Amino acid sequence: MSASDEIWILGINMTKFGKHPDLDTVDLGAQAIMAALADAGVTMADIGVFAAGNLLGGGGIGQQLQKQVGQTGIPVYNVSNACATGATALRTAIMAVKAGECDMGLACGVEKLAGAGLLGAGGVPRSDAKVYNPSGRYGAVAGIDGRIGTNTMPGVFAQVGMEYGHKYGGATFELFARISEKNHSHSTLNPLATYTKAMSAEQIMNDVMIAYPNTRSMCSANCDGAAAAVVVSGEKLKTLSLEQQRRAVKVSASILTSDPWQEACQILPDVNTLTKNAAKQAYEQAGVGPEDLDLVELHDCFATAELVHYDNLGLCEEGGAVDFFESGAPWRDGRLPVNVSGGLESKGHPISATGIANIWEVCQHLRNECGDRQIEGAKVGLAHVIGLGSACGIHILEKSGV
Amino acid sequence: MSDVAQQVPLVNYLVLGETPHLVAHECTSCGARFFDRRNACASCFATEFRTVDIPNEGELRAFTIVSQAGPGIKVPFVAAVVDCGGTSVRGNIINTEPDPEHVTLGMAVRLATYSMGADDNGTEAVGFGYEPA
Ligand SMILES: [Zn+2]
Repeated sequence: MSASDEIWILGINMTKFGKHPDLDTVDLGAQAIMAALADAGVTMADIGVFAAGNLLGGGGIGQQLQKQVGQTGIPVYNVSNACATGATALRTAIMAVKAGECDMGLACGVEKLAGAGLLGAGGVPRSDAKVYNPSGRYGAVAGIDGRIGTNTMPGVFAQVGMEYGHKYGGATFELFARISEKNHSHSTLNPLATYTKAMSAEQIMNDVMIAYPNTRSMCSANCDGAAAAVVVSGEKLKTLSLEQQRRAVKVSASILTSDPWQEACQILPDVNTLTKNAAKQAYEQAGVGPEDLDLVELHDCFATAELVHYDNLGLCEEGGAVDFFESGAPWRDGRLPVNVSGGLESKGHPISATGIANIWEVCQHLRNECGDRQIEGAKVGLAHVIGLGSACGIHILEKSGV
Repeated sequence: MSDVAQQVPLVNYLVLGETPHLVAHECTSCGARFFDRRNACASCFATEFRTVDIPNEGELRAFTIVSQAGPGIKVPFVAAVVDCGGTSVRGNIINTEPDPEHVTLGMAVRLATYSMGADDNGTEAVGFGYEPA
């Protein structure tokens, strides 16, 4: 087997996002895998590599899933890359196929997160010692979260959005609420979303405040969910049925970046530079530009994050994210629909599943199988995730020409 | 036994005394600054560092008003990024109301310290934040 130039998604699936009290992590992941294999028209016997991700379970999810769907002895990679875990699992399978190690790979991301509390806050009460004793990397004599800034995700990403507002202006509390209003409106057409109820900007602004300007409905929804995908080399695809070739979606770019050093990155994670770098590489690899995109699923872990990523992904001029939103472009009937699935704020964010679920959404549109929320004539789409720390995954997907 | 109470800073990059201020490890090669220790500079990989003082005055570049936090953390509080003469510092905005009317992007702030109380040995911990200048 030789190295492959072309990679295709042969089959893909996401489970319903929401509460699955009767399914454990392995059940959920297996559900997505069985459906992805069926969608691809293959079985575990065809799969040469398997990469899986899960952050909150006990570890070794890949082997556990194999035992649920078919143990064939193939190499398994358990990957962990924060909120980019799903995209990293997919990219791991893609790299193996691209390297010619096998011609078909499987990736799965799964998370049980319904009812989880505030992420980043830690679950153990801060107990300040009776005797001050410097410890840790900063020689701290007491807990610093809350005393020197915040580690909570809503607070970190709130500052990311505020920083953009400080630099370019126009980023008001109401603007962030209207971004969230868009995504909650979009999810009314997505039966797999956690929330499917429209919310007005006023309702969103009056919701429980978590970390100004992010209210509860502007935060990603904690939920259970899984997603899985089968990837295949271009050579192998040519040997499959015409129907499989017609439904396959081309992976025109698969990029993963980490955050390069920036002056302030030790203070506030820089989610911008690595996304800009990933976008630039992805457009180059795919040979397309932002103007060629028919839809984008981007990592709106918070309303404040969606704003900066319009800019980071080059969907607008530098500094033009507010104008881009105000133009109506990212609404589903706009010039460049963003998060027609409802995004993380409304569809939900089962961490490790997200980086494959956003690709499923794009594939559904490119295959013209997206029902009520189909973006008509969609040919090229982009899926983006950010894992804080940081990791950025971008995939550009194209409709089959067959 | 001394009757002068001992003080310790909340973190080792806060220097107490007459004029409390922050310090950082600065890469002697490229000037990148770090509040914690690094084996090599994250920017240029050089391995020599010197200690530098961070200016106490700065500009508020980003903030959030945290209303929900981990157990034991008092809310609301204002978490912020302050630009102190080109060095970004993380700290809370203190000595003002934690609301968007009193805390605004671009406002001038300065370092302020406060007592965190004494431990069983009578040692007082001192924290820092930034207050409107
Ligand atoms: Zn350096």
